[in-house]
Amino acid sequence: MTRTAVKVRGLAKRYGEVRAVDDMDLDIQAGEIFAILGPNGAGKSTAVEILEGYRDRDAGEVSVLGVDPRHATRRWRARVGVVPQTAGDAAELTVRETLRHFAGYYPNPADPEEVLDRVQLADRADTRIRRLSGGQRRRVDVALGVIGNPELLFLDEPTTGLDPEARRRLWRLIEDLARDGTTIVLTTHYLDEAEALAGRVAVLAGGRIVAEGAPATLGGRATAQARVTWLEDGRREHVDTGTPTTTVQRLARRFGGEVPELSVTRPSLEDVYLRLIGSGAEPTTAGSVR
Amino acid sequence: MSGAPAAPPARAAAPLPSIAATGWSRGLLETKTFFRERDAVVFTFAFPIVLQVVFGSIFRGAVPGTEISFAQLYTAGLIGAAVMGASFQNLGIGIAVDRDDGTLRRLAGTPLPHGAYFTGKVLNVLLVALLDVVILLALGVLMYDLKLPDELFRWATFAWVFVLGITGSALLGIAASGLPRSAKSASAVISLPFVVLQFISGVFVPFTQLPEWLITIASVFPLKWMCQGFRSVFLGDAGAALELTGSYELDRAALVLGAWVAGGLILCLTTFRWKGRRDG
Ligand SMILES: Nc1ncnc2c1ncn2[C@@H]1O[C@H](COP(=O)(O)OP(=O)(O)O)[C@@H](O)[C@H]1O
Ligand SMILES: [Mg+2]
Repeated sequence: MTRTAVKVRGLAKRYGEVRAVDDMDLDIQAGEIFAILGPNGAGKSTAVEILEGYRDRDAGEVSVLGVDPRHATRRWRARVGVVPQTAGDAAELTVRETLRHFAGYYPNPADPEEVLDRVQLADRADTRIRRLSGGQRRRVDVALGVIGNPELLFLDEPTTGLDPEARRRLWRLIEDLARDGTTIVLTTHYLDEAEALAGRVAVLAGGRIVAEGAPATLGGRATAQARVTWLEDGRREHVDTGTPTTTVQRLARRFGGEVPELSVTRPSLEDVYLRLIGSGAEPTTAGSVR
Repeated sequence: MSGAPAAPPARAAAPLPSIAATGWSRGLLETKTFFRERDAVVFTFAFPIVLQVVFGSIFRGAVPGTEISFAQLYTAGLIGAAVMGASFQNLGIGIAVDRDDGTLRRLAGTPLPHGAYFTGKVLNVLLVALLDVVILLALGVLMYDLKLPDELFRWATFAWVFVLGITGSALLGIAASGLPRSAKSASAVISLPFVVLQFISGVFVPFTQLPEWLITIASVFPLKWMCQGFRSVFLGDAGAALELTGSYELDRAALVLGAWVAGGLILCLTTFRWKGRRDG
């Protein structure tokens, strides 16, 4: 059985002339990890903060766990966890004090000690947050996001600015949460992060969703034409084809065996992504890619 | 992907924590944070106490032409300054910082009721102010021959001036917290007017030495009236002669402080922002 956690239709938000979010549709199912991927300024935070009930919208319909976040109640907030993009609060409090305190806001909180273990901060529990490293501080943010046992967790750029080791640690934590049934909606501008974590990705550029789907199929990647290249008479030749196997067989027959420097490639996810966000900058092509 | 989150049955049934419980917990947290922040402790909490030691060492004996000791005079003024520091300055800076460092943004994402945030601030303000007053009185009595009034009605006056004054100043502080653009500028934007107000409200400099237009400005704000009320408590009837009008004007003090409570409340309700200037 699948349930819809987030449903968005025609969402729009502008700041003066800037269309921060433009005609966005989203369907996110309960239990999935969904990534909103896009470069800086694409509108990720704007979109997510509207879903969190933090920002107002100009147009569109939004339903998050069956509630319009514009009319968020305390009950609803207790079911939704939020990890903001930046936070510098609670600097003078220790990790444990902060977690225990926030647990008191919720009707059915997680055990602060278990959450400490889970985010691997048990050994830093009595350290003031001001003294933590960037990665540790970010894990406190995640811990605060899940202390209320949320059904749905929003993470706005959870790993930006972290070193590779800290990023991977946080990825494992997020996967761990998803395994326990928490629906995850995260934003990122890291392609590898979306690919590693998300079941589905929406690519956002210039406020518009320019592609959506599983990372492997993104932007028609799976069905895109393959490029067959080889060396012939000292020159590199290539053919773009939807049936590369046939092409290779034909080449093999022609060369009577080995084809010199043969290779078959498909566009990498990075190629697809760069093409997508490049096109997002020009609204005219945005519609056709989708 | 399938598998709806396995919601424990208790989730829907468990009651949301009450405003009282969360407000109390915020009060403890605010107070813990306050006393761990060196800036807040030095500028808000310790300032009146340090000044009392300084004044106590400089001014000794009686105010010329009277039998009133200087200790009575400046202790009354410093209590006024301490109450306004703990409320106006503390909240003006503290809430601006909360808005800037993501505290308010974080709380907005939780089921904490708005009222609990303010309850926590109020508890913190009351505790800081009461502690300050007790220390000022104890130091005064032990070291500088301060005499505490023995009539009950003077303490009743103390109580209502304290309650009205701290409420009005706290509301003014909450409203003023929207003025600084960032946490960095908050202490300047809030503290400068507060220091000026202390000078023109009779905390440090007697009114008789102030030009009339400055007195007029001071008369608009709560500090002058708080100090005047506290002088009536600590200087007694004999001290009334030192006042500009020859009277403590307690009725006017009640009126102005009461107006600040009402006006401050309206100001807060109409101007308070949970979001920073950069948030959508
Ligand atoms: N509060 C705001 N006021 C004015 N413009 C804003 C505001 N918030 C966002 N924007 C603009 O909207 C666009 C999207 O911003 P944002 O949602 O923060 O993008 P992202 O999170 O993807 O980096 C940007 O052009 C940004 O400058
Ligand atoms: Mg952002």
